[in-house]
Amino acid sequence: MGAVPDIDLTRRRRVGERLIRGALLACGVLSIGVTLGILASLATETIEFFRTVSPIDYLTGTRWAPTFTPSDFGVLPLVSATLLITAIAAAVAFPLGLGAAIYLSEYATSRVRRVIKPTLEVLAGIPTVVFGYFALTFVTPDVLQPLIPGTRIFNALSGGLVVGVMIIPLVASISEDAMRAVPWSLREAAYGMGATRRTVATRVVLPAALSGVAAAFSLALSRAIGETMIVAIAAGLNPNLSPDPRQGMATMTAYIVQVSLGDTPFGSIEYKTIYALGTTLFVMTLALNVVSYRFVKRFRERYE
Amino acid sequence: MTSLAGTVRGPLATGRRIERSPRALVFHALLLVCLLVGLVTLLTLLVDVLRDGVGRLSGEFLTRLDSRLPSRAGIKPALVGTAWLMGLVALISFPVGVGAAVYLEEFAPHNRFTSFIEVNVANLAAVPSIIYGLLGLAVFVRFMSLGRSILAGALTLVLLILPIIIVASREALRAVPDSIRQGALAVGATGWQTVWHQTLPAALPGSLTGMILGLSRAVGETAPLITLGALTYVNFVPTDPLDRFTAMPIQIFNWVSRPQTEFQHTAAAGIILLLGVLLVMNAVAVYLRNRYERRW
Repeated sequence: MGAVPDIDLTRRRRVGERLIRGALLACGVLSIGVTLGILASLATETIEFFRTVSPIDYLTGTRWAPTFTPSDFGVLPLVSATLLITAIAAAVAFPLGLGAAIYLSEYATSRVRRVIKPTLEVLAGIPTVVFGYFALTFVTPDVLQPLIPGTRIFNALSGGLVVGVMIIPLVASISEDAMRAVPWSLREAAYGMGATRRTVATRVVLPAALSGVAAAFSLALSRAIGETMIVAIAAGLNPNLSPDPRQGMATMTAYIVQVSLGDTPFGSIEYKTIYALGTTLFVMTLALNVVSYRFVKRFRERYE
Repeated sequence: MTSLAGTVRGPLATGRRIERSPRALVFHALLLVCLLVGLVTLLTLLVDVLRDGVGRLSGEFLTRLDSRLPSRAGIKPALVGTAWLMGLVALISFPVGVGAAVYLEEFAPHNRFTSFIEVNVANLAAVPSIIYGLLGLAVFVRFMSLGRSILAGALTLVLLILPIIIVASREALRAVPDSIRQGALAVGATGWQTVWHQTLPAALPGSLTGMILGLSRAVGETAPLITLGALTYVNFVPTDPLDRFTAMPIQIFNWVSRPQTEFQHTAAAGIILLLGVLLVMNAVAVYLRNRYERRW
């Protein structure tokens, strides 16, 4: 009997394997780098911005005119335009998206769902600049202006409505997933007690899927707040502090676009303002996500 | 004694009468309306764009440079710009996205660090795209001195669509059964050999589909590129990754914002072309999925 050579495969050093693993790890860590990059680039320029402009003037001022002399850096007109358009979009997308989700999850046959769902997703895949064109050249002149007197060519209403339609698929698809995850036994119990489909949908499935629906709403709101091209095209580029949705008003994102259309020198005050606005936008969507995360965690129903 | 039948009111057995009560029908109809609003809007949008733009579509529209005259404006610089962008984005994002997915699925230990990366990838998907433009402007254009070039634009779009590719590739890798990995390892393959020769080829169609979906998101992105400083009026065809550029959605935005209303028809023609490109990309994704997807 010869001696069995002592081979331990697991201990062998494989330089190539290690290098490859390192490279793959780098790919995975890149996403953290992106997050850090976003935070760092926003923070650096925003701190620079607040060296020239006092945060109180920025957050409470009612006039936005960075390029005028004397210049004003009150962000309220831009924030209020963003919030108004987001509110209009939510008023469209929340009920319609939820209704569509209930229909797809509780009423539609599987054949209908197989056709409708992808079609709805086509709507979500249309570039936003196309929606902007639609809002400016169809919704405003052919729908809103004949119906609502006093509607300007650039107005917040058409921007908000079209953003709302754009996010319907997002609301519908995430809410529907949440509703279909509700176990069938709950529905069967309700049907067994003589409940109708409507009662099952609104009193059993919807409450059980509440956390998923909340997540859908919050994601949709983030999309609406950050939406850029639709509002830049449909609601115009003019800062305007007004609650009247028939008027044009620039949102935070629209102003960033407007500044970027010119050749902005690095380090100029316009260059810094777009980062201050970016930070404001980022903080708003982050706050929304934190609130929704808490809500989802609190109301999540667990089923085995 | 009253009969039992008298105490039972309504059709307990089927529930049909209640299902057909006016209230139930109205509710049903309302739900249908909710669904139809989106679909009808989609249809109106397509008809509107086709009606406005189809007259402007021609061979010349594809081969001409942009012009101050609506009838002479062509989309060539934007078309070439978009082709450059998409080529670079595909080349960079595919290896990086699949690499990240392979690491997370096949190699990463299940610890806090890994789950932090996962949460982070999910959160990045919710960041408004214009913020990526600000990131690209600060990092690629300014810090790395790439200028407002095609390469800077492509890198920005890569960061934007990476989460989509990572999520799709991970799902594809997860669908490959463990028996395949174990078979490879049992005959002496190393971890990487297993991935390269067995797992990855099996997951490739899913990853490719994810990349095409990511690209079809990138092809319509306007805001980050404008923020980055892509030009809106371009009268040259870019020939180098470091050239300045425009892209189809930016060109469309430029035409939409011009005061002459005739330019809206030019914009509509550009939109038809953009939607056509999107349609082709999605068709390829569906084909790949159906043709190469294996079930175990």
